[in-house]
Amino acid sequence: MATFKMAVIGEEDLIRGYGLLGLELFPAKDSEEGRRILQQLKDDKEFGIIFITESIAQSFAADVAEWGSRPLPSIVYIPGTAGNEGFALERIRRIVERAVGADILMGKEVGKA
Amino acid sequence: MEIRVNPTRMELTRLKKRLAVAVRGHKLLKDKLDELMKNFFDLVEENRRLRERVEAELALANGGFAMARAIMSREVLEAAIITSRGRAVLEAKTQSRMNVEVPVFKLAMEQANGYGFGLTETSGELDEAVRSLAETFASLVQLAQVEKTVELMAAEIERTRRRVNALEHVLIPQLREKAKFITMKLDENERGNLTRLMKVKEMVRQ
Repeated sequence: MATFKMAVIGEEDLIRGYGLLGLELFPAKDSEEGRRILQQLKDDKEFGIIFITESIAQSFAADVAEWGSRPLPSIVYIPGTAGNEGFALERIRRIVERAVGADILMGKEVGKA
Repeated sequence: MEIRVNPTRMELTRLKKRLAVAVRGHKLLKDKLDELMKNFFDLVEENRRLRERVEAELALANGGFAMARAIMSREVLEAAIITSRGRAVLEAKTQSRMNVEVPVFKLAMEQANGYGFGLTETSGELDEAVRSLAETFASLVQLAQVEKTVELMAAEIERTRRRVNALEHVLIPQLREKAKFITMKLDENERGNLTRLMKVKEMVRQ
């Protein structure tokens, strides 16, 4: 088993807590910067998991769904400045829709409500 | 589509063999697709549950940090964070699950001992926030694994479905069509031959 580092990309104030746990912080002021950092980290191959806040990821969220061909790294959304915006579930929904050809999650949530 | 085959018996045998292989391949792929789907639904469900839990917990931790920020000065908080970095090591390997390479994560966390910062300067809110974040983090890593697996499985499902469809709707009908064409042609030749013989026989008799 190889060891990997974990990275967090996001607004400095938001991600500081993860520094306490020993993750590497990559503060980004805006989406553009976040995207650049993410691209770099992705090619780096040193990171196993890259966490990114929804508020930073929102402008390029569509791309992240397409980065799935290699097993590593795993890119995960965490709630951003506006709290939980439902990005991550939206992304999974899109992936599922493409794979199955139908939206199975949507129906479930509607059924619950 | 235009059919281009030699209407010979040999060609027909060859086609039939190919058809048998295609049908068998189609059946196998279809079975694989079904199995993938079954796995996939469970995974998606697990992912959704995990995601919802983690997000709720993270919101709590984030709130805690905001509170800590409000109570303490920026310098104190910064100093506390610098002096007491924990260590988090992620071990990862890939595992083949239904012939899809998926990651498996194992988290080894070393908590900074007793939250390295002192009692006097930092507030209890910070301790609390760090603790709740640390607790959530294991689930977060689990989520990273499940989410990536879902992603990879989805890609595999899509690929497999394309293959199944290509076999079912293109290759197999084409082969059947060709085989049918050859049989018809051979039959037709046979009939032509028969009439010719009858005709010749009649001419000979006269």
